[in-house]
Parts: sequence; C-alpha cells; structure tokens
Amino acid sequence: MNKLKSVNPRSWLSSPYVLWVIGFTLIPMIVIFRYALTGRDGGFTLDNILAIADPIHMKAMIFSLEIALGCTFVCILLSYPLVMALRRLNMGKQGFMIFVLILPMWMNFILRILAWQMILSSNGILNFLLQKVGIEPLAIANTGTAIMIGVVYDYLPFMVLPIFNAISEIDEDIIEAAKDLGAGSLTIFRKIIFPLSVPGLLSGIVMVFVPSMTSFVISDILGGGKLQLIGNIIEQEFTKSVNWNLGSGLSVSLMIFVLISMAFTTKNEVEGKGSAIW
Amino acid sequence: MKDVILELDSISKSFDGKKILNNMNLEIKRNEFITLLGPSGCGKSTTLRIIGGFEKPDEGRVLFEGKDITGLSPDKRNVNTVFQKYSLFPHMNVEENIAFGLKLKKKSAQYIKDKVAYALKLVNMDGYGKRKPTSLSGGQQQRVAIARAIVNEPEILLLDEPLGALDLKLRHGMQRELIKIKKEVGITFVYVTHDQEEALTMSDRIIVMNKGIIQQMGTSKSIYDEPQNAFVADFIGDSNIIDGIMREDCLVEIQNVPILCVDTGFGKDEPVDVVIRPEDLVIVGENEGFLSGRVISIIFKGAYYEIKVQVGDYDWSVQSVNPAPIGDMVGLTILPDNIQIMHKPHSKDAEVIKEDE
Repeated sequence: MNKLKSVNPRSWLSSPYVLWVIGFTLIPMIVIFRYALTGRDGGFTLDNILAIADPIHMKAMIFSLEIALGCTFVCILLSYPLVMALRRLNMGKQGFMIFVLILPMWMNFILRILAWQMILSSNGILNFLLQKVGIEPLAIANTGTAIMIGVVYDYLPFMVLPIFNAISEIDEDIIEAAKDLGAGSLTIFRKIIFPLSVPGLLSGIVMVFVPSMTSFVISDILGGGKLQLIGNIIEQEFTKSVNWNLGSGLSVSLMIFVLISMAFTTKNEVEGKGSAIW
Repeated sequence: MKDVILELDSISKSFDGKKILNNMNLEIKRNEFITLLGPSGCGKSTTLRIIGGFEKPDEGRVLFEGKDITGLSPDKRNVNTVFQKYSLFPHMNVEENIAFGLKLKKKSAQYIKDKVAYALKLVNMDGYGKRKPTSLSGGQQQRVAIARAIVNEPEILLLDEPLGALDLKLRHGMQRELIKIKKEVGITFVYVTHDQEEALTMSDRIIVMNKGIIQQMGTSKSIYDEPQNAFVADFIGDSNIIDGIMREDCLVEIQNVPILCVDTGFGKDEPVDVVIRPEDLVIVGENEGFLSGRVISIIFKGAYYEIKVQVGDYDWSVQSVNPAPIGDMVGLTILPDNIQIMHKPHSKDAEVIKEDE
C-alpha cells in the first residue's frame, strides 16, 4: 500500500527521457571515463588525463581559452547595444528583428561556416570588395581572426536572446522611477538595466563560452587546419591517431576545466535564472 | 493672493488621434494637497505625467514658479513621483532604493545616511533598511516608494493612485498617514485617484475631470454639496439624477410635480438636471410627501438602509435609518435647499457616465 502511494501513476511518462539520459549521456560518459582512465594495454592510468600538460596540448588549450574568452567578450559588446535598440521598438518590430537574428540558425551550421570561408579567403568576397574601393586586401583567412569571426557569428544569438529576455522583463515604470529620481540614460543603464540583466548575461556567457571553447569544426574550416583548438586535437586522437584513450583523457580534462570555470561564473548568482542552464 | 507653484497653461494632449486632454488650465498653489479625480481615461494620469515630465503636451505650457519647464526631462525637474505599482528597484535593498536619488545628487555619505534614517522613520519603516523590496508587503513597498521620493525634498510630490493596489483597510490607514507625512514635510502634493471617498478625505482642493476636461474644482465640501453638473454629482457620492423643468425661480417640476427649491437664475421652463442625494430624501406616509411610490428593494448597509422607491419610471435611491417593507406605498419628501439644480450639459463631454468601472 505504502509503495503504491509513493509512485506517482504518471511517472511512467518520463521513461523516454530517462532512457534518453541513460543511453545518450550516462553510458557515453561512463565509456569516456573508462577509456580515459585506462592505457592502451587496458591497465589503470592517469596519463591520459594528465596529458593535457603536454606543451602541444597546453598550447591548444590556451588558444581555445583565448578564442572562447574573446568570443564571449565580443558577443557581450555586440549584444547590449542591439538589445537596447530592440527595447525601444514596438512589439511587432521587435519580433521581426529577433526573427531576422535567429534566421541563420535555421540553416546548416557547416554551410554557414563554409560561407564565411568564401567571404574571408584571400581572393574571396571581402577582399574583392576591398579592392573595388581601393583598399589593400586583408589576409584574414586561416588566422585566429577568421576563427573568431566564425565563433562570434555562430554564437551571438545565444548571447542576445537571454539578455534580451532579461531586459524586456524590466518594467517601464522602474525606468521612469529612475528618471524621476534624477538618473540620465547612462546612469539608468549602469544602475538599473545592466544589474537587472545579469541573470540573462550569465546564461549567455554559459551558452557562448562553453561551445566556443570546445568547438572544432569552425577552427578546422576557418583556421585552415593549421590552428588547433583543443577540440581539434581531441577529434584527431579519435579519428586520425585512433587513440581513444588519449582523446577521452583530454576530453575529461577539458570537461573538468569547463565545469570549474562555469562554477565561477554562476557562483555569485543565488536567485538567478541563468543557472537553469545547469 | 496665494503663491502659485505650478501652472498648466492650455495643455492639450492626444494619443493615437484620441484627445486625452483638451485645453486644460490649472494653477497649483504651494503646499496644497490637490487631487485630480475622475474615472479611468479622464486624463488625470496624463496630467500627472505631463507635470512629471514623462509626457510632452501637444500644445500648451507647464510653468514651474513662472518658468517654462515644458521641454525639461523628468530628471531635471524638482518634482518626484510615487507610482501606483511602487516601482522599487528589485535588485537594491530598501536603503539603497531610498538613497538612489541622493547618491545621484552626490550628497555626502553622512547626509544620505541621516536622510534615509529620517525617511524610514517618517513612513514607519524603521529597521527594514536591509530588506529586499520583494520581501515586503504591498503596503510596505508603497511606504518605501514614498520615502524614496520624499528624501529628495521635491517641491512637488506627484502620487499616481498610490493606494490603488492596497486593500480597503490598509488604504484607510495609509490615507491618514499620507496626510500626516504631508503635514510633516510641508510640500505640495498632487494626488491622482478615481476613488471619490479618498479624494474627499484627503484633499484641500479637488479637480474633478472627465474626458480631458475639468468638470469642477473646489474644496471637498463645495464639490459634494454643490456639484456643478450631473457628471460631478454622479461621480461624487451616490445621487438621484433626474430630468426636471425650471418653471420659475425656486420652483422646479420633477415627474410632473412642482417642488420648491432655492435655485434662481434659470430661464423660464428651462430643462435642467436635478440632483438629490439619497441621504437627503425622507420617507413619509404615502400621501404626506411630494412624490409617492412603491418600495421595490431594501438593503441593510450597516449604518443605514438603502431603499429603492419606484415612482413612475424612475427608481429613487433613499438612505434611511428606518427600514420600509418591500411592496409598501410610501411618500418621499425633501427640504428645498437639499435640491441641486444644474444646467443640462452643452456637449456630450459633460454627460453622465454610468458607474461601470
């Protein structure tokens, strides 16, 4: 009788998700950890995880960190002016602008990056246009700049949308109250709008920092295969070198690093909504 | 002559082609408690927002101590607002909320500390300084909002239905407190409400508005006792408003019955609106009054009974301390000076709106 009571009769509805989590998160994680903690001979070892300290891996890790931090920073810088401009629009125009913003996300991710490759390549569209107006062609292709443009382009909506949500929830009365008490536009942004947007900002950071830190396709295509993010190295261990143990070990190190840095980001947030990402 | 602190000069304002304020003129005196009273959409809030600087009038000027401030933004005006929805900053605690305006004015830390403490005391919120607004009740939040506005020592405090969101009992308490605060700080209050009782209780002067036009202004007593048109009579308190014909000075005909009154200066046989307060009608024996009719309903209201008496096609509302059984034939009588005679409105704007709010 007791047992019957404690089981919610509708809990079977969650079974597909439980299976999903077991099959596509839990089991792969166990497999990755198993590979990471064993050598090629099958014995227990920490070498694969500690291999992150290897100079080549460390270099890729630091470059990944640079790209991720840079991308997050640029996305924040681009998002606020855009969101503040959106705030002034009426509902209809707001919806349209958001639609335009997320429209590219409906297209295949690889295609979008290939398009950037075409634009940025040394005799691509950008340099063609620059030459037309008499400016020296730029050597952006296969540089860190190209990778940065790619990740910013790809992840910007993930920064804009949560910040926009947070800011559009701010009651107009609160802004008016601040004006009434003597605040100019800049003060209103600094003291009211920005602090109230922090929960959105934090989810934006999580959603931009993590995927840009771990991306490898963008750097593959726009970096010309010469510049390696940690993601590229992991990919190569799995595909080219077929050293799944080392690949798994590096993945685990990267995962631990990401988890720690995200814990710092969301640590101060007590009642925020951003932590819902976790 | 009393000192005029703020003057609205021929203000007009439209939203989406709809005229909200129509050539409004108003003088507000220093240290006055003035109330803008009217139904929703009458333009009272727009008037307040124009004084606060949140809206610009399409036409006309706002003069503050004689200086034109029409184009000045809210942060440049020595006027503060208490909003209906409190509008406290949710990410700041009570002290930080109250100190917001003073910090922007670059006051010293000690001055701010003293002022905040004083303001908290004034609104009876000692000890709540470190609390977050979200942890306070509606009444407490509104006190903080009042404190936040008052610390800035504005020349005029604008209050936009500040008690509208509170329950009745709390509202009565806050009304008394607002009057007390007003006395203590001695600044001009411009108060907006649609609650006629609130207006009558608190104000030195009431401006009754409807459809963007001032219908009447005056003290509580003069507005209640001598409404100038049927709208004001209907809006301020319960009223019987009925068509009449002025047969001659001091004689009005209602429902084909000539009745003595005290009003003069109307044209002979001029159609008029007649206003009689329910508490001024007296129930007497069937043939002893000037009108007679049947009791059709009776409701006990605590201090009195509210009785409806049907006379012809009009149901008179009567307040009486004695009950009358439904179905009885009764007479109604009234003293001549309790009858209010008013000119028929010239335009639709002054027409009576029914209480459908």
